[in-house]
Amino acid sequence: MSDFTSSFWSGYVALLTIVGIVGCLVLLWVTARKKVIGQADNTTGHVWDEDLREMNNPLPIWWVGLFIITIVFAAVYLVFYPGLGSRDGSLGWSSAAQHKAELEQARSELEPLYQRFAAMPVEQVAGDAQGMAIGERLFMNNCAQCHGSDARGSKGFPNLADADWLHGGSPEKITETITRGRNGNMPPMAAAVGTPEDVKNVAHYVLSLSGSPHDSLRASLGKSKFGACAACHGIDGKGNQTLGAPNLTDGIWLHGWGENAIVNMVTQGKVNQMPAQEDKLTPAQIHVLAAYVWGLSNKPARAAP
Amino acid sequence: MSEPHIATHEVSLYASARKIYPRSVSGVFARWRWALVWITQIVFYGMPWLEWGQRQAVVFDLGARRFYIFGLVLYPQDFIYMTGLLVISALSLFLFTALAGRLWCGYACPQTVYTEIFLWIERKVEGDRSARMRLDNAAFSLEKFVKKWFKHLLWIMFAMWTGFTFVGYFTPIRELGMEFLQTRMSSWEVFWVFFYGFATYGNAGFMREQVCKYMCPYARFQSAMFDRDTMIVSYDPGRGEPRGARARLADHRAQGLGKCVDCTLCVQVCPTGIDIRDGLQYECIGCGACADVCDTVMDKLAYPRGLVRYTTQNGMTRGWTRAQMLRRTLRPRVLVYTAVLLAVSLVVAFGLALRTPFKVDVVRDRASLARIVDGGRIENVYRLQIMNATEAVQRYRIEASGIAGLAVHSDASAEVGPAESRWVALRLQIPFDAMPPGSHPVRIDVGQADGDAHVSEKSVFIVPR
Repeated sequence: MSDFTSSFWSGYVALLTIVGIVGCLVLLWVTARKKVIGQADNTTGHVWDEDLREMNNPLPIWWVGLFIITIVFAAVYLVFYPGLGSRDGSLGWSSAAQHKAELEQARSELEPLYQRFAAMPVEQVAGDAQGMAIGERLFMNNCAQCHGSDARGSKGFPNLADADWLHGGSPEKITETITRGRNGNMPPMAAAVGTPEDVKNVAHYVLSLSGSPHDSLRASLGKSKFGACAACHGIDGKGNQTLGAPNLTDGIWLHGWGENAIVNMVTQGKVNQMPAQEDKLTPAQIHVLAAYVWGLSNKPARAAP
Repeated sequence: MSEPHIATHEVSLYASARKIYPRSVSGVFARWRWALVWITQIVFYGMPWLEWGQRQAVVFDLGARRFYIFGLVLYPQDFIYMTGLLVISALSLFLFTALAGRLWCGYACPQTVYTEIFLWIERKVEGDRSARMRLDNAAFSLEKFVKKWFKHLLWIMFAMWTGFTFVGYFTPIRELGMEFLQTRMSSWEVFWVFFYGFATYGNAGFMREQVCKYMCPYARFQSAMFDRDTMIVSYDPGRGEPRGARARLADHRAQGLGKCVDCTLCVQVCPTGIDIRDGLQYECIGCGACADVCDTVMDKLAYPRGLVRYTTQNGMTRGWTRAQMLRRTLRPRVLVYTAVLLAVSLVVAFGLALRTPFKVDVVRDRASLARIVDGGRIENVYRLQIMNATEAVQRYRIEASGIAGLAVHSDASAEVGPAESRWVALRLQIPFDAMPPGSHPVRIDVGQADGDAHVSEKSVFIVPR
């Protein structure tokens, strides 16, 4: 057990446990055999404040029986379940294993529900009211933490409700993104672009691509330096979905807009990650979730009559 | 004060329980107790079989966290009503105790009720007090074996049915019956049927008065609610003493005896095994069995009834009449308990009657504080949890107010299925320069699309710097 730096502490705790249980047993044994002097008037003989007498109200003997049952229970429990220092119980039970078993059970119980959707293409699930209701819940529980409850994202987290896609918006690509995750990597490009002045010029050129306010002189100077960026973002700056390189000509700025944001991006680069969900969600769940996400920006297909 | 000399002897630290064989009793208080046994048990065993529309009338669905009580659908958020119910129960207990002692213990407490039923079974199989004592003292015989086992069989069957009924409040009882017939009850259902059944069997069959004496806290704090005008079951020593046996037609006054013939029937019928003639004791559950049996003895001797009777301490010491004692029920303690009880009951009843048939929680979205969208408008995202407390599909309209130009930009209406709760994403926008940077209070109003009920919740709108 990693909590203990040496086995001493495990032994120490186990010893305390055993001494505690045996101590209770000894106490019970001693008190059950002990006789005390009783008074004929059924008081304990203790008198306080001149005339307050304590009645003798002995504990019923069955209470001792209950006490012994708890001791037997403790002993049996410690044999079968973890509890004695770092010893695993002989049943091999652990809370992690129980959680896993419950998860498996829940999955097998939910499987028939998802089976109906597994046979449908994503476009059709997106048109199914029950499918979208399940998809919405999956999204709220698994995706909304980053992409927002309305799926419109925020800085650094892409908007999933528009038609702009970093890695492609086809049902297959969305499924792939959810299953395997994505790594976005913009390397620091300042050295390739040139001097800090060149970087600033490139930034203005990039701004000009989407018609954003910019310095046209700097933009024209920066155009020639854009070659370093074109390898991923393309000569025309429209990006490349196979590489996950964003389109620079639309008005969508995932990591911030304006000269400063772009200069920072070029000089420092950025690594961004969409975590893979395949360990958390079943393929059937991902299928329904992909339909929900796809349906946010597409018209769903009508269900086959 | 000098210490009086008292004889001493050796005693153990623990007391072994003495088995009590209550003699059967009939009379007005016994009839009341049986009436309450019938009423409480018809409700308990019958309730799960009542249907309400397409479902069981009273069912507590722990898995889905919905509690159905006839037309009501309660959420865990409605726990305040449970609190209200418990406060009402506690105040009722105070009131009844102040009026007439341990009425609850003697007539309606499940411990008393089930003990009464188990005793009835025991009496039918083994006979009354003396027969039972004889049987227990007899050597092992086939008759003893058969009687004992038959009694336990009946007890266990009754106890298991009780456990089954109890679980039937949590799993619809007809479904539970089918599960039982097809032997596919879940392990927790099996556990609770057995656990509740075992508790009934053990408490009503074996523990009996031990539960009242050693486990129940109520017995120990009842004295806080008693006063000199509380009606309690009491022996009238002034009338009864000196006690003693006498010939039926003899003049007891000439023999220097009181009305008590010392037949000890009051001790024999007592379910907790005390002698009421020793005065008020914490073991006394106020069942009135001793009063009932004493009245039958008094009748036989043509003495006036009520040597053991419900009376007050004032009534006993000052010799008050019944009317005088009844007048004292309108004392401040009773009036205050009644007023508070009525007030709480009214508040709970009105609260239930006027409750909106849905609930709304507003949570600001955790992902983004605020964002700037097309046209420089500022957008905040919220999550509404809308909980439908009706059993029909409901449509709700969503409105927001608090800032000039504040508008809902997501779907302004939402549909929630019967007894379902749904998270709805809500986007609110304001014009670019409508508000300075900072956080501004807004109200989000959710109302029934086809009704008047609405819920207004507070939240904030954040404008970034």
